[in-house]
Amino acid sequence: MTIAADPGRFETARALPVETVDGANRIMLAIDGISCSACVQRIERVLNADRDVVAARVNFTTRRLALTWKGAPGRAADFIEQLSDMGFTARPFDAGALSTADAARDRHLLRAMGIAGFAAGNVMWLAIAVWAGVFQDMGPATRSLLNWTQALIALPAIAYSGMTFFTSAWGALRGGHVNMDVPISIGVILAAGMSLVQTVIGEPEVYFDAAISLVFLLLVGRYLDHRARGRARAAAAHLLSLAVTHVTRIADGGRIEQVALEDVAPGDQIIVASGSRVPVDGIVFAGRSALDTSSLTGESVPADVGIGDRVFAGTMNLGGALTVDATAIGPDTVLAEVVRCMEAAEQGRARYVVLADRLARLYAPVVHSLAALTFLGWWLWPVGAPWTLALLNAVAVLIITCPCALAIAVPAVQVAASGRLFKRGILMKSATALERLATIDTVVFDKTGTLTEGRPELVDGTQPGELADLAAGIAAASRHPLAEALRRARPRAAAVADVVEMPGDGLEAMVDGRRLRLGRRDFAAPGEAEVDDGCAEMWLGGDGIAPLRFAFRDRPRADAAAVVADLARHHRVVLLSGDRAPAVAELAASLGITEWRAACRPAEKVAAIEALKASGAKVLMVGDGINDAPSLAAADASMAPSAAADISRTTADVLFQGAGLDAVTATLAVARRSQVLVRQNLGLSLLYNVILVPLAILGLVTPLLAAVAMSASSLTVILNALRLGRAGKVAAK
Amino acid sequence: MNVLIYLMPIALLLGLGGLAAFFWAMRSGQFEDLDGDAARILFEDDEAAPRSRA
Repeated sequence: MTIAADPGRFETARALPVETVDGANRIMLAIDGISCSACVQRIERVLNADRDVVAARVNFTTRRLALTWKGAPGRAADFIEQLSDMGFTARPFDAGALSTADAARDRHLLRAMGIAGFAAGNVMWLAIAVWAGVFQDMGPATRSLLNWTQALIALPAIAYSGMTFFTSAWGALRGGHVNMDVPISIGVILAAGMSLVQTVIGEPEVYFDAAISLVFLLLVGRYLDHRARGRARAAAAHLLSLAVTHVTRIADGGRIEQVALEDVAPGDQIIVASGSRVPVDGIVFAGRSALDTSSLTGESVPADVGIGDRVFAGTMNLGGALTVDATAIGPDTVLAEVVRCMEAAEQGRARYVVLADRLARLYAPVVHSLAALTFLGWWLWPVGAPWTLALLNAVAVLIITCPCALAIAVPAVQVAASGRLFKRGILMKSATALERLATIDTVVFDKTGTLTEGRPELVDGTQPGELADLAAGIAAASRHPLAEALRRARPRAAAVADVVEMPGDGLEAMVDGRRLRLGRRDFAAPGEAEVDDGCAEMWLGGDGIAPLRFAFRDRPRADAAAVVADLARHHRVVLLSGDRAPAVAELAASLGITEWRAACRPAEKVAAIEALKASGAKVLMVGDGINDAPSLAAADASMAPSAAADISRTTADVLFQGAGLDAVTATLAVARRSQVLVRQNLGLSLLYNVILVPLAILGLVTPLLAAVAMSASSLTVILNALRLGRAGKVAAK
Repeated sequence: MNVLIYLMPIALLLGLGGLAAFFWAMRSGQFEDLDGDAARILFEDDEAAPRSRA
């Protein structure tokens, strides 16, 4: 290791959120690459074999590792490296940020579900006793006792467990619109209220069982839905706590101090260590280095910077330490501008109304006027019954139309679909994503890190093997991405000792008395002519050898061409990249993409997507960088690889893991299939209503009939949703 | 029918017992990792198995 790499590692170790209590250190790590339970066992076994480790436990559902060890807190970095050697990417995150509203809601739903389940079960056996008494004979006192017991169990349970629906419905009503929870709440409250009145006046017809089992069934759906998406949201939240919060500032008199990012003012001098992110926009005052700007600009080749060059917040320092004069901080940086651009684009999507709620807008007025007509019909004309009977029948209409199956129709399919996709490493974060994905007809790809692997690889050249091995041996001393690529291409080359890294220039080594240099052209091979083929390059030069050029290129993902060809059959495929035109043109040609644009700034990508949308296209954006975040938000639906920048992971509807791009085709197939099932489900549940509503209007609905209808319709739609399992398997192939 | 006076509270208490068990399970974190714990029973015992570094 070179000296230059060490401060970077120190920086990482200090930034890790290690909690130390009574000499035991604890860290939470989010782990990428766990595919099955055997991985869990491997990780736990290897870590537990370490003598210092007290406990290592992987949560397979959230893909998180809780690690406790004794000794130096700084060993966290070793454990992360150990995991990385095993093929897992471990990223630390703050355990404090875990106790979010999400987890609280999860627990609340589970508790509400438990209480509703208990109440539904017990009310049901009491209700069955009453129904049985309808056919034989049961004394009014016994029936009254059973009804009162039902009321005492059901009413508190409905009040507590139904709160989820009541608050949502109230929120919608106050906002001046109607969602599915409005008819649900009205139905449940009326059923419970009318049953209470019936109980008090000693009438036989009570609907407590229908009301509470409706709440229970709906909560099961909500909980499963919430849980499925919670996993995906957790995956996106991994890195949020790792944003730069402290920076190293050179104070007056040359003293070095750590200050919060907010305290930095334009004009301050800041040290950016190797391996850390640039916290501000600024101008390099001292030092030379290479910056990975791919997440901001889409350019795959690291940019060399020296004194006087501009640097931007969010880029990664790959080489030596830099001293930077801050020119813009916080909200004035280019990065913050990208975030604002994204937030503006996101507003459009928030207005999207899901199919179920669109249906509720039609459904609620129809049902409520039917109930009103029933009341008037029974009371005034043509029947002329007492108003109590008229009210009873009107309420029965509302109970029978309470959209139990309708409310389960969509979540049941969503849970089946997200479960199916989750097994393939595709995480669905948004509840409405499936609906939006099903209509997609245009797919827009980003280049670097999305269609390509996002890391440079050696272009197979004609370098003599011996010299290539020598270069790889020298490169072993550096963590520069090009050096690492060289090392990957020649894994068996023996490492060369005595290598000195010249930050921003390259490496220098003494081999057999010869001074050899590996690095930039003007450093390693001065006087050689420039080769302009759009590739990143490294030169090997020095005493006694002719200068040798190594060219590197960002390779497309292995299945990119196949996926693009597959998509192009039914979709318009567009490539929007921030990279330079030659690189984009070549990739587009090799993948068979005819529509492409290069050198797009984030705002231009958004404009291009808005233009597509304006022309009537439904756009899916697939991207990974910070520069893609606004376009991810602007598109009708969005996908990002799980290795994407934090902000893109947070914005995207769907995250996919693994090296392949076929997740895009699989997701679109499952989404289309699930929308078919959703429509079938909605049709089925409407059919139940069409059959039963006339009975309710005629006053023929009994509590027994209501309970049977409700369970039968819910079961039908759940079973129908499960058919996705088979279809999804075919589609995902 | 007087037997109902005993049977109903007994039945409800049994139900409440189940509910209490559910809350206990919830509080002790048994719903945190449904997928992992299902597979954990198949792991070999660490103490018995030879420790290997992967």
